[in-house]
Amino acid sequence: MSSLDELRTMARTARGSGARVKHKAPDNRAAYLFLAPWLLGLIAFTAGPMVASLYLSFTDYNLLQSPIDNPPDWIGLGNYAEMFSDPDFWNSVRVTLTYVLISVPLQLVLALLLALALDKGLRGLSIYRSIFYLPSLLGGSVAIAILWRQVFGKEGLVNGFLAWFGIDGPGWIGHPDYALSTIIVLHIWTFGSPMVIFLAGLRQIPALYYEAAEVDGAGPVRRFYSITLPLLTPIIFFNLVLQIIFAFQNFTQAYVVSGGTGGPADSTMFYTLFLYRVGFLEYDMGLASAMAWFLVIVIAAFTLINFWLSKYWVFYDD
Amino acid sequence: MTTDIDRPVRTRTPRERVTSFAKHASLVLFSAIMIYPLVWLVISSFKPNADIFRDLSIFTTDLTVENYINGWNDLQHPFSVFLLNSTIISAASIIGNLLSCSLAAYAFARLRFRFRNLLFALMLMTIMLPFQVTLIPQFTIFKELGWLNTFLPLIVPKFLAVDAFFIFLMVQFIRALPREIFEAARIDGAGHLRTFIQVTLPLMIPALATTAIFTFIWTWSDFFGPLIYLRLPETFPVSVALKGFLDVQSSSDFGSMFAMSVVSLLPLFVVFLVGQRYLIKGFATTGLK
Repeated sequence: MSSLDELRTMARTARGSGARVKHKAPDNRAAYLFLAPWLLGLIAFTAGPMVASLYLSFTDYNLLQSPIDNPPDWIGLGNYAEMFSDPDFWNSVRVTLTYVLISVPLQLVLALLLALALDKGLRGLSIYRSIFYLPSLLGGSVAIAILWRQVFGKEGLVNGFLAWFGIDGPGWIGHPDYALSTIIVLHIWTFGSPMVIFLAGLRQIPALYYEAAEVDGAGPVRRFYSITLPLLTPIIFFNLVLQIIFAFQNFTQAYVVSGGTGGPADSTMFYTLFLYRVGFLEYDMGLASAMAWFLVIVIAAFTLINFWLSKYWVFYDD
Repeated sequence: MTTDIDRPVRTRTPRERVTSFAKHASLVLFSAIMIYPLVWLVISSFKPNADIFRDLSIFTTDLTVENYINGWNDLQHPFSVFLLNSTIISAASIIGNLLSCSLAAYAFARLRFRFRNLLFALMLMTIMLPFQVTLIPQFTIFKELGWLNTFLPLIVPKFLAVDAFFIFLMVQFIRALPREIFEAARIDGAGHLRTFIQVTLPLMIPALATTAIFTFIWTWSDFFGPLIYLRLPETFPVSVALKGFLDVQSSSDFGSMFAMSVVSLLPLFVVFLVGQRYLIKGFATTGLK
């Protein structure tokens, strides 16, 4: 780490800003005082626990045992072996991946379409924006998940509407083929926060570009593909990375919609819900730690692949 | 909405008028679909239990506040207990985040120090880290400290700036302030603490407001934290208390459940109305470089 700093100092000197000025009086002492709470939190609640959970993932650690009085037994890769050979584990992986891969793209497309529809100069923009944004603020709450159970229940709102058209809808929440899709719909319903980010991005595109394109005779479709879309790619990328990370961690909706069971027939047994059950209901904290690390690796992999792919489609103006 | 179309700001061609009308019509329709479940929830909470599923429309005259009275006392404790718990946890979290994140943000945005870039990168990484990876040791720490069934596991980390997202938001904000203001303060002989308290904090009120509002909304809605740390009903916040309606659903008192759902959403809705400006700005600034 310190060598990194030295390199930077060397680079700075090499760039030749005159004499070998060692940066003038750095604010080290003040800075570390200001940073003290955060640093303490980083060590006590992030870095320390990360190391500990990695260690615990190789042990047979039970929730009820105190790790201080009674250190857990080292079992090597035992938890990982158990995890990977458990069909329930793979089911939760499949459920979560399905959820992430369907709900994130759909949500972002909807967010982008509505951001475009709420383009500059539209009257009532702020009213529409508020209405579309409201669900993303409330969507994480238990009350909305409870509401969803009723909206998609056998006698619920959705089937009420379908009945108008003579369709006899299934009990969505209670049917293994449809329960997951109701949670996906709930996720899509909260498209407001990426939409707001898209709107801010659209506003940053200089009007000059559009004017020039119009003078050159480019129609709206052409303008969208040649100006809006390429200039918006950094923001699409940003939304994509963040939404994937968040979607992997969905818990509340899965818990409440299924009443904590992950049912029907494990069709909504999200990874995080499975992890919670293993750790806090079956008390197998070692296995749960291993699951947490697998989640980190999957999320990191998705993020890295995203960054790698971004070279091919994200366009930076500057 | 049609009245909007009747009063154009500038003269428009008939084609533009038609396009604009179609656009508004579809947006209004879409808004209605989006918002319908929420409106239905509110209306249902005022309907007699027997009517809730018999009648899916939101137009009804047969309204009652009975559900609110029943729901308030339906669980092990009056709902006011849960509201108070949520309020305490949220208020303490807001104070914690404001204090600890603004301190760190000032250092990152305005001070030069050893390992600054490294620490800043670490801070950014913690934003993306899934909380599950620290969950179990954190639980063990709090359990060993004897903090289970207290609010401390939910509050103490906020005073140590664990929600690094807000540090990032504040850093972005401070960096956008004109440098000269800080230099002027320095020239006037203000130390870092004074520059922070008397110059920086007043200027960053919009960022602090955004932080406070988001902290409120996220803490109020948080379900997972209270679920694992709080097992005694008298310590439940509204999120976990509401779950109680699902557990005792054999009674199928949907009216009470909806009524208390509305009560739990009301503070969020009020904060949304009051703080919209900050919420949207907050999202926009952190969303962009």
